[in-house]
Amino acid sequence: MNKGLIFLFLSFFTFNIFSQELISGNVTYINELNIESPLEGVSVYWEDLSFGATTNSDGDYSLPSSTTSNKLIFKFIGFKEDLVEISSIKLYNHLMVIDNNQLDEVVVNKRKKTIQKSYFKTQNIINVSSDELLKAACCNISESFETNPSIDVSFSDAITGVKQVKMLGLESPYILITEENIPMVRGASQVFGLSFIPGTWVESMQITKGTGSVVNGFESISGQINVELKKPLTDSPVFVNLFSSNMGRNEINIHFNKKISQKLSSGFFLHANDNSKSHDENYDGFLDSPKSLGYNLFNRWQYIDPEKGLVSFLGLRLMKDDKTMGQYNDTMLNSSGDIPAIWNSEINTNRFDSNFKLGYVNPNIPYQTIGFQMAYSNHDQISFFGNRNYNINQDSFYSSLLYNSIITNTMNKFKVGLNYSFDRFEELVDTQNNQYLRNDRSFGGFFEYSYDNLDKLSLVAGIRYDVHNNLGSFITPRLHLRYMLLEKSVLRFSAGFGRKASNIFSENQNIFSTGRKININKNNGKFYGLNPEKAFNYGVSFRQGFSLNNKEGDITIDYYVTDFENQVVVDIEKQGEVHFYNLDGKSFARSFQIELDYEISTNINFKSAYKNYDVKRQFNSGFKQNPLTPKNRFFLNLDFSSTIGENGSRWKYDFTYNWIGEQRLPFHSALSSMNGYSKSYNLFNSQLTRVFSNKIEAYVGGENIGSYTQKNPILGANDPFGNDFDSSIIYAPISGSMFYLGLRFKL
Amino acid sequence: MKYIIILFFLVANYSFGQEITSKSAKTSFSVSGVCEMCKDRIEKGALKLKGVKYVNWNIISNKVSIIYNSKKIKLDNIHKEIALLGHSTDLQKATEDTYNNLPDCCQYKTESIH
Repeated sequence: MNKGLIFLFLSFFTFNIFSQELISGNVTYINELNIESPLEGVSVYWEDLSFGATTNSDGDYSLPSSTTSNKLIFKFIGFKEDLVEISSIKLYNHLMVIDNNQLDEVVVNKRKKTIQKSYFKTQNIINVSSDELLKAACCNISESFETNPSIDVSFSDAITGVKQVKMLGLESPYILITEENIPMVRGASQVFGLSFIPGTWVESMQITKGTGSVVNGFESISGQINVELKKPLTDSPVFVNLFSSNMGRNEINIHFNKKISQKLSSGFFLHANDNSKSHDENYDGFLDSPKSLGYNLFNRWQYIDPEKGLVSFLGLRLMKDDKTMGQYNDTMLNSSGDIPAIWNSEINTNRFDSNFKLGYVNPNIPYQTIGFQMAYSNHDQISFFGNRNYNINQDSFYSSLLYNSIITNTMNKFKVGLNYSFDRFEELVDTQNNQYLRNDRSFGGFFEYSYDNLDKLSLVAGIRYDVHNNLGSFITPRLHLRYMLLEKSVLRFSAGFGRKASNIFSENQNIFSTGRKININKNNGKFYGLNPEKAFNYGVSFRQGFSLNNKEGDITIDYYVTDFENQVVVDIEKQGEVHFYNLDGKSFARSFQIELDYEISTNINFKSAYKNYDVKRQFNSGFKQNPLTPKNRFFLNLDFSSTIGENGSRWKYDFTYNWIGEQRLPFHSALSSMNGYSKSYNLFNSQLTRVFSNKIEAYVGGENIGSYTQKNPILGANDPFGNDFDSSIIYAPISGSMFYLGLRFKL
Repeated sequence: MKYIIILFFLVANYSFGQEITSKSAKTSFSVSGVCEMCKDRIEKGALKLKGVKYVNWNIISNKVSIIYNSKKIKLDNIHKEIALLGHSTDLQKATEDTYNNLPDCCQYKTESIH
């Protein structure tokens, strides 16, 4: 963009002064969410045209007072024109009212992107707004990444229907998943945790590619996903979401929020889901997706006192989820007329969560803040899979204290703090007498320095030291660098270490839905006899913005490498057996991604990405590509939304296409015809939303519209209690197209 | 483990201590300017002065609030340095030359309607 253009652009916000007397204020309107928000581009001028100004992106205006007029005009297309008499005041705030009679006129409104990448942040962080989450209407966080190219979604097995997320080619245990910066999906909740966060509760998500900040602990290896939940103060007073699919899945979400006093607000978030329909499209006698019943209740309190600089949150949450899976009871008799034993399965989960946060900003010294947070949860899962049992109970306590300030000036900031966490695991694996008990205690301190030269260069360098009863004492350094080569051209670099304890059973629950015999090659480690995992992640990302036909777009190229120094290898290469052992040799995940985003027109956004993953590990049987990990993937998303009409009514349409390349399959005699590789396939998702008004909207959509399914998701289905039974070799969807419809209503 | 706690409190104490010994002074005064570009120029310019810790300039009110170390820099000098950027303050007028070097949109003295 040349300089002339910048000045032309800036001059829109410009007003000029010749006397010192100014009148200023803020112009707002009530948006479709019923929230008073700033209005940009409003013309404000004296009736006699002596002076004028335009409001900026914050809705602020300011213009010299006039000696010849005292009537101020506020004018913006689509809104009622207002004339206000100003006496001697210097500050005047104005509320604009939408004019429904101006139907012939067009409202010019720049669309806000639902996935935003920053040019200025040091880390490679992608912000996902709640609008983006609406594109995947169903139903919880684990299903909401289908429209996001940075995260890949796959099925973990053919029994539980649970979706697994991957980042940079690595499974979810290597991603640190936090809820408002408190580690959340870990340990016992590793597999199902994301599905326990209802989509409508989420305000936004931040996805960090590559190593994360040291502030949240030593665990993140390939990236971090932070989920921000809705806040009682800013969420709508009443919100209802209803969802129903042709597969028998029904969901309901209700939010109530109330401002109790100027400082205190409270919210109740309720969620319930039910699926009681038996569903077996491929006639293998096994349910394609579980029958389930669950609820999730959340009460949160928010306290804000801006004068004292205090912010506080308190949350309490109760969750229950029951799933029934496997062969359904009305199974046919076998040839000899006996009733065969039925392979069925149940997972019953109860979870309690509580958290407390307190933040203090020194009102006189705005760069000094102190934050304290604390969370306790209990996760209890009781389950069986055929004749195999798996129970886990985890108590988890987490606390952190954080202090932010500066060194010499605000170009040099630092964060210093402490974390303490305690986890108690109690597990029962396969049979009654096979129990595992473990306590993890960790205490650590961190220091993170950030530098911003206010121009081209910024960096974040962090270091932490942890003392852990089972991992030992260790140092974790991490570094992030950002350099702006030109305007709209940013280069980022990151590198850092990460470690974690591998909870082999809770992270790999799909092994229970197989006949595989469990073998642990113990080597005196503290975690099931195994040593903890340690990896080094580094990568570069380059982003170039461009303007074509007056429309904005950008190209992002990423290359990230994760090198494991130690790993717990899950080896399913041998039929009928699963082996867990520590890495002896090399293991890495190299991920390359090129992404193109372009706004085709004011109404249409285009997004596409090509991804290449090279994930190799040293197995006992050789150095091989990780099974069930596609080497190549292609992603495309088109998003259309019509111009906002009367009452905020509009159409929104979204289409996502995924091409998933071939995947190496572990050996299984029932798969011998496939020559060791799955075929590539296409997936289509689409959704149409009709916003009737600011209060009510309806949506319909389809997932896997092309109905591509895996031919034989359950191997050895005729002998489910035998060693060859396996439902964990999943490379494609299990059920065909799913159609749904729903309704959202807010007050 | 103990060392970490001690270190934490040392660092936190040190920086809080700094404020208490009141080498830090807070000030607020008018600086003429018009747009986001002026905001950038004023804030970056002032922040690069040795002894200045924090700067925030408000477009609407034309007021700047500054936290600085009074032992390292005098308030007069802050006014002077900001005026050198082309922006007049309460105490210090920008020279014609520096003012004229400002881009068109930042020329706060001009009388025109955009």
